[in-house]
Amino acid sequence: MSASREGIARRGYRLIMRSVRAHPWPHLVALIGALGYVAATVGTAWLLGWVTDHVIIAEEAERSAPAVAAVLVVGISVVSGISVLLRRWFLAMAELRTQRDWRRALLHRYLDLPLDFHRGRYPGELLAHVDSDTNTATMVLKPLAYALSVLVLVIVTMVALFVTHPLLALIGAVVFPALAVISRIYTRMVETPSAEVQRRVGEVSEVAHESFDGAVVVKTLGRESVEVERMRAASQRLRDERIRVGRMRAAFEPAIDALPTVGAIALLLVGAWLVGNGSATPGDLVVAATLFSLLAIPLLIVGFFLEEVPRSVVSLERVDRVLDRPVPAPTAADRWHPAEGPLDLAIDDLAVGYGSKLVLDGVSLQVRAGETVALVGATGSGKSTLLETVAGLNSRSRGSIRLSGTDLDRIDPDVLHEAVALVFQEAFLFADSVVENVDLQRGSAAGEVARSLASAAAGSFVNALPDGDATVVGERGVTLSGGQRQRVALARALVRSPRLLMLDDATSSVDSVVESEILANLRRNLDTTVLVVAHRISTIELADRVAFLSGGRIVAVGSHDELLALDDYRSLVSAYEQAAV
Amino acid sequence: MARRASRSGSEPRSVSAAEARPDPADDEEVRALRVLRRGIAMSTELRRGLPVIAAVGLFAAVGRLIVPVMVQLVLDHGVIGPQGYRPGVVLALSMAALALVLVVAAASRFALIRLVHMAESAMLGLRVRAFEHVHRLSLSTHSESRRGVLVARVTSDIEAMALFMQWGAMSWTINPILIVATLAVMFFYSWQLTLMVLALHLLLVPYLRWIQRRQIAAHAIVRNRVADTMGHTSETVSAAATIRAYGYGGAVRTRLDRAVDRQYKAQMSAFKWWALLLPVVDLVSSVALAATIVVGVTWSDELGIGAGGLVAFVFLVRLLIRPISEIGEVFDNTQSALAAWWKVLGLLDTPVDVVEPDPSVAQDLPAGPLGVQARGVAFSYRTGGRVLHGVDVVVPADADVAVVGETGSGKTTFVRLLARLADPGAGEVLIGGVDLRAVAPEARRRCIRMVPQDGFLFATTIEDNIRYGRSDATAADAAAAIDELGLRRWVDGLAAGMHTQVGQRGGRLSVGERQLVALARAQVADPGLLILDEATSAVDPETEEALAAAMAHLTVGRTTVSVAHRLSTAERADLVLVFHDGRVVEQGRHVELVEAGGVYARLHESWVGNTRRGALRG
Repeated sequence: MSASREGIARRGYRLIMRSVRAHPWPHLVALIGALGYVAATVGTAWLLGWVTDHVIIAEEAERSAPAVAAVLVVGISVVSGISVLLRRWFLAMAELRTQRDWRRALLHRYLDLPLDFHRGRYPGELLAHVDSDTNTATMVLKPLAYALSVLVLVIVTMVALFVTHPLLALIGAVVFPALAVISRIYTRMVETPSAEVQRRVGEVSEVAHESFDGAVVVKTLGRESVEVERMRAASQRLRDERIRVGRMRAAFEPAIDALPTVGAIALLLVGAWLVGNGSATPGDLVVAATLFSLLAIPLLIVGFFLEEVPRSVVSLERVDRVLDRPVPAPTAADRWHPAEGPLDLAIDDLAVGYGSKLVLDGVSLQVRAGETVALVGATGSGKSTLLETVAGLNSRSRGSIRLSGTDLDRIDPDVLHEAVALVFQEAFLFADSVVENVDLQRGSAAGEVARSLASAAAGSFVNALPDGDATVVGERGVTLSGGQRQRVALARALVRSPRLLMLDDATSSVDSVVESEILANLRRNLDTTVLVVAHRISTIELADRVAFLSGGRIVAVGSHDELLALDDYRSLVSAYEQAAV
Repeated sequence: MARRASRSGSEPRSVSAAEARPDPADDEEVRALRVLRRGIAMSTELRRGLPVIAAVGLFAAVGRLIVPVMVQLVLDHGVIGPQGYRPGVVLALSMAALALVLVVAAASRFALIRLVHMAESAMLGLRVRAFEHVHRLSLSTHSESRRGVLVARVTSDIEAMALFMQWGAMSWTINPILIVATLAVMFFYSWQLTLMVLALHLLLVPYLRWIQRRQIAAHAIVRNRVADTMGHTSETVSAAATIRAYGYGGAVRTRLDRAVDRQYKAQMSAFKWWALLLPVVDLVSSVALAATIVVGVTWSDELGIGAGGLVAFVFLVRLLIRPISEIGEVFDNTQSALAAWWKVLGLLDTPVDVVEPDPSVAQDLPAGPLGVQARGVAFSYRTGGRVLHGVDVVVPADADVAVVGETGSGKTTFVRLLARLADPGAGEVLIGGVDLRAVAPEARRRCIRMVPQDGFLFATTIEDNIRYGRSDATAADAAAAIDELGLRRWVDGLAAGMHTQVGQRGGRLSVGERQLVALARAQVADPGLLILDEATSAVDPETEEALAAAMAHLTVGRTTVSVAHRLSTAERADLVLVFHDGRVVEQGRHVELVEAGGVYARLHESWVGNTRRGALRG
């Protein structure tokens, strides 16, 4: 973490420059608008001084003078209005476009990073990056143009004060740097608690997401009150952290607020003396005091700006922790175009681990083109991991996987997804129509979708839905039963006419009548290599050979009859039979 | 009015079915005052904090009035007064002002701290209340809403309000007081000029209202879009494996980009009103200033206002612009917070379908096995058709019941009603002879336990997940449950045994393993009525049989209702309920039903064919 050693100001500068480089024009127009506003502000102050000396206090003012002053006042305000319009519109544009960039980059990263990235993370945390963190990261941009223009205002004020009297300029020379020092102290102080606030926001989001995700289980366990306490605890931690930052702000803001006022008082003290001894006019004094008090609000906004810097910087760093993760380079060094028909699969000495633990250790398996191999093994023996790895979802610790002779690493992902289909045990359906859930933007013909739904024994229940296959299913497919979800997910694989089909206990929630129908359909219509995780004899029967997994290794491969010679295998697959006796 | 503002841009053509539907939420009209009134009424923290807010405003207002008053006093009495320059007076005035500045700063600090406490406590209260309400909503309401959207209500929306508490709230407290105070001082100098300035500024009121209505409508749409983005994000993250396996990333990317882009457009269109606001306010104030100069100078004698007084008055008019434009500055922030607040209040207004009984009349359930009775039970989902039609079932206490039927026959819905995850549309469910709707929630949680299909686990250890089964369960209870279910071997085979972290949703375990934990969790609870909804569908046969042996032993002294498509469960059951098209078409013991040759017999025949043929051959 060398980045955090660097000063917050430098990191803030880099954040701003990232936005400016990406969207230079909105920032520039906003700055022009802000400068126009400064010009108008200074113009008004000068005008009021002129009005004091030549219209109000003047012994013999010209009759037209008040009218001239009035026209000038309104004229300046028109300039100021247009400037404000420009500044606000383009600043919002710069800020929101930057937000959109970062949000989009994050989401793309969520899609592009390997599955491992998601395994170790809370969806709630990832949600917080997209929402709260990007919002906070760009917060510093909103007052940016204005803050820059205030710098100009400060310089103009200093010059004006100097022209009026060097002594007045001296007061400015004390007040402005003092503001800078206070801000600096504040930003340093608030950096760590700000990072903590963002972390706590993420935590609240995590709790909310997990808790709502498991709403059914929360209900069945009667854990509502415990969950509420969990949320309360997370929210309390967030509140305490916010209050900590709030206490710092409560010291900072009154100080920033008071300083210009103190400056103005000093100015009046000195100015009155100068007027008294004739080296300045009352008008000068009014201009100086006006300028000074006019600076109070802009300086407060600069204060806000500086206040946002640490918060924005730490939020962007949270975002960057995701954005900085390298996306695996697209492989496909040589385009893989194997001949038509089923694929053959060769797995050699494969090892896959989650964290430090190896789930698969030294798995070797040959599956010939068109062959059906059943994977049998106890819960937790590594069957699902094996299928996921063949589908290219897991990174391998060692070993190789070849599809029709080509290493998995050298296959274009798009080609792989079309050729190899994995049906998960847990069917995830998108909150979209049944058709879209099957097709997944592949562009299948309507007939193909209907055919694959029928093959998956989903045709009749889909037709009975209110809008047939155009019915939108709830998020995660919650409006369907588990068995219905699995059948739609199976149709999703079948519509692709995969050349290697992998079923990970994909019909576990389907009742036996329907399952036998599905199996019959598969046997009849399928010209593909099949790797199937099987728990039922009927499924195992479908296979030409059976691979028996235990503890992350393949213990034996052979026909079902051959494997029955193994005690472990026999006891596993004949469990039903034994129970029925 | 809100309607017109909400229709921004036309929909692109190539959108999927789910997105093509117009968002009905966009058309709702948000009423700022109603939101405020309801919101404040609901939050004791806010009501108690109102005096603090007033104090903060007062201090800040005094602080800002020091300089203009000083200018006037110094000019009139210390510089251009009849006695000319009087250093003593100037010095005294300066010292008094300085002292006042310090007092104000100290008081502001104190009041600000109180304000932060109050605001943060209010946000905490609202967040927890909204969260609690989500858990009170019925299962069907949950099915109809997207996770991400619900999460947005308790995170993003509350954050939008917190943002307002940091900036907007202060501004709204300080500035109105400042405006009134400034007007009061102005009144002291010249009531005629003050009335003129006031009249000119009143022109702003209809304009502000006009902008405000559009802003709040625009921000309500922004809140919808933010929730939408979060919904899509949540889906993307949860479906990570499916998206990768099916190369669906491209389409999801388009969908996400669209959501992000729609959010951006909604935000820009909300900012439009913000940008338009200040220039007009500024113009009106400048006209007032110009009028003051012309009128003040021309009729200075008639108005009885001296040169110093007029200078001060001009200064005050300038000063009046500031609080007004500052309110303009936070106007947007305010509408955003109001829209968010409204969304959260809307969530709190979502009706709770399953209403808990009044504690005074709520009934307890007896210990031991509980009988179950369904009388004419019917149920339909809000978005779908009727799922159950007049189900009549009597289950004696201590019985072992299997519920079978094809997918979609209503069996899962039926057992959900037994656990009161929803209430029947007609008829009643009696547990232990008591209408389930009258059973006290604590009794229900203690005595009825359902293990749902979806073996959702919390992202903690296996041990903790099992202990969640009963509020006072210890680590030893969890271990005992594992032993009783014969799962010791499996647990010991895991990397860290009982302390193995299961990951998000239990994702580091296989689906079957998750179901084992869920069963152990139910075991710990020791309920009088145990409901298993395909709770072992993904467990491999060996483990399931080991489990079945343990369960058979443990169903003693407990009523068990199991939904199962593995008919081995039904073969052993005391009673089999056969569901078909939302009705119980057959009931009885396995042997009787097979002999009857009906729906059950067909199911059973097919199941035997599937599971036993091969094994018998071998």
